[in-house]
Amino acid sequence: MPITKAFEGKIDYVQILDKDGNIDQTLDPKLPDELLDKLYRFMVLARTWDKKCLALQRTGRMYTYAPLEGQEAIIVGAALALNKEDWIFPTYRESFLYHIRGAELWKINLGWMGMEDGLKLDKSMHCFPLAIPIATQFPHSVGAAYALKQKGIKAATLSFGGDGSTSEGDFHDALNFAGVLNTPSVFLVSNNGFAISVPRKWQTKSETIAQKALAYGIKGVQIDGNDVLCVYSTIKRALDMARDGKGQMLIEAVTYRMGPHTTADDPKKYRNEEEVAYWRERDPIKRFQLYLKGRGLWSMEYEQRILEESSKLVEDAVAKSEAYQPDPKEIFRYVFANMTPDLEEQMQQCFEKK
Amino acid sequence: MRINMVEAINSALVQEMERDKDIVVMGEDVGVDGGVFRVTDGLYSKFGRERVIDTPLSEAGIIGVATGMAALGLRPVPEIQFQGFEYVAYHHFAQHIARLRNRTRGSVTVPMVVRLPYSGGIKALEHHSESLETIYLHVPGLKVVAPSSPSEAKGLLAAALVDPDPVLYFEPKRLYRAFKEEVSEERYEIPIGKANVLKEGNDVTLITWGAYTHVCKDVVPEAEKQGVSIEHIDLRSLSPCDWPAILKSVQKTGRCVVVHEAVKTLGFGAEISARIMEKAFLSLEAPVNRITAWDITIPYPKMEDYYFPDKKRILSGILETARY
Repeated sequence: MPITKAFEGKIDYVQILDKDGNIDQTLDPKLPDELLDKLYRFMVLARTWDKKCLALQRTGRMYTYAPLEGQEAIIVGAALALNKEDWIFPTYRESFLYHIRGAELWKINLGWMGMEDGLKLDKSMHCFPLAIPIATQFPHSVGAAYALKQKGIKAATLSFGGDGSTSEGDFHDALNFAGVLNTPSVFLVSNNGFAISVPRKWQTKSETIAQKALAYGIKGVQIDGNDVLCVYSTIKRALDMARDGKGQMLIEAVTYRMGPHTTADDPKKYRNEEEVAYWRERDPIKRFQLYLKGRGLWSMEYEQRILEESSKLVEDAVAKSEAYQPDPKEIFRYVFANMTPDLEEQMQQCFEKK
Repeated sequence: MRINMVEAINSALVQEMERDKDIVVMGEDVGVDGGVFRVTDGLYSKFGRERVIDTPLSEAGIIGVATGMAALGLRPVPEIQFQGFEYVAYHHFAQHIARLRNRTRGSVTVPMVVRLPYSGGIKALEHHSESLETIYLHVPGLKVVAPSSPSEAKGLLAAALVDPDPVLYFEPKRLYRAFKEEVSEERYEIPIGKANVLKEGNDVTLITWGAYTHVCKDVVPEAEKQGVSIEHIDLRSLSPCDWPAILKSVQKTGRCVVVHEAVKTLGFGAEISARIMEKAFLSLEAPVNRITAWDITIPYPKMEDYYFPDKKRILSGILETARY
């Protein structure tokens, strides 16, 4: 018997905007100026907010924080590619996208300042609370996508994770269930090179993360995660496909975390300066700025103006979140829909005057 | 209708699925095959593949996916084929299902009913006889119920399927086909969090749930023949637990025996005993007596009878407590 081919697969790599802001004309998604402006403004705001959060943490005004610097294109591109009816399943790295979905910044701060109220999200935002455990959000998103389909809502889900999350069983369960149940699901893996200190090459022997999609019968693509045009248009296409019932997609967005994993680690211990410098040249904001400048959509005055606006938004948010006082009794109220008599008693004991 | 527990759960599922179109049954072999215990028999042909899902073989996937379904308004009823297979899905219970309401201050909730065939005594293979209620009771935010009869199975399931919180529904395998009883065809609910005083008595409070409620029903008359009046409480719900019912009874009898088939160390009997110490110490005439499985790995079927509390051991335990 001759040997036949049982399966063959390939993974594309896509970049639209190179590191110097030059666009590939054939791939240009031709986004309207207004949207380009929005993408840029949100990326600048994300970085301004992120810097402030780091500063707050360093001065004891915020608890452990997971910085996003370097991954702005993924967070902003993804958030703006979604329809209102779509659902998002983020991790701790993407909390900023709650703002793009309608949450005020001061509310997001609350979570990082140690208050559950930070995840009391308006239902209309269609956002799941960010996942702290790794990869658990993937199967949750598949169930949500199933619910959307079952209820006849034409919408899709987008779940986030990092390169490390692809080593978890939940990642594989989710891709498998999504394919088998044919749910409107899009999975976005931000491959930022490290899971805390462990490099991507120690997570998997696979050449790409995207190729893992092929094992589950779903589509996979690797993209430049620092190219906001590519992130936006790839996710949009994947969501359209999912909503139309044409299958699921795993997108591997290659990026780099410029800062630490969280404020609790020192990246100098596990990576070198040359690598950081290499990625600094591929900065998502800088290259988009060059592109906008080339199109006559960016100037120094414009930059100055949006920096000032961002700074004011962030400062106002900090003031508001620092003034916020949660009701301590809330810690007992949401264990169950109705507090049990036993919990009532424990709550009284907790707050009785000494 | 006179039916056994499998039939009671099955007919209750049909009734509930007809009532609420958001209910979705899911798990390994629950569809075409009707479940390895036939509990979901016939649902697939009646409600179709969208509502009765034969899932890939992954407990973590089943519970993870059910979490997302519940958050968006379906009411999933995932089945874990045998409770001893559940460990790989435990993180979804502890890290998400139990705490989503709390960590979002009520904006995301995941009401679901997880069916967990538990308990031993059916000469099953290794990992097929576990009673793991305690690992869920240790996580705030989960409700845990265990029916002890066909009629209780139906009423508790109906209540669980309208409950705003996630409910873990423990099905005692050894009772699945053990006996039949009259079960109303009408829909009814048994409130979660309320214990059932099966029989009033004055000398010893006997506390059981699920499989062992039934086992102990046979022991009670024998103890009474020897002059010990038993107050038998079937907890029905372990979380929330009906502490007032337990305390009220122990304050009357002054003696308490707890029987369960989970291991002794940190079994629910330990919590019951501690609560009685805290709240009814001065009423006690004897130490709280826990009659449980031993702190060993469940033996293979050949020797499992040494492991589970049997009627003889329960009777002598009751008498010992009564005569202390």
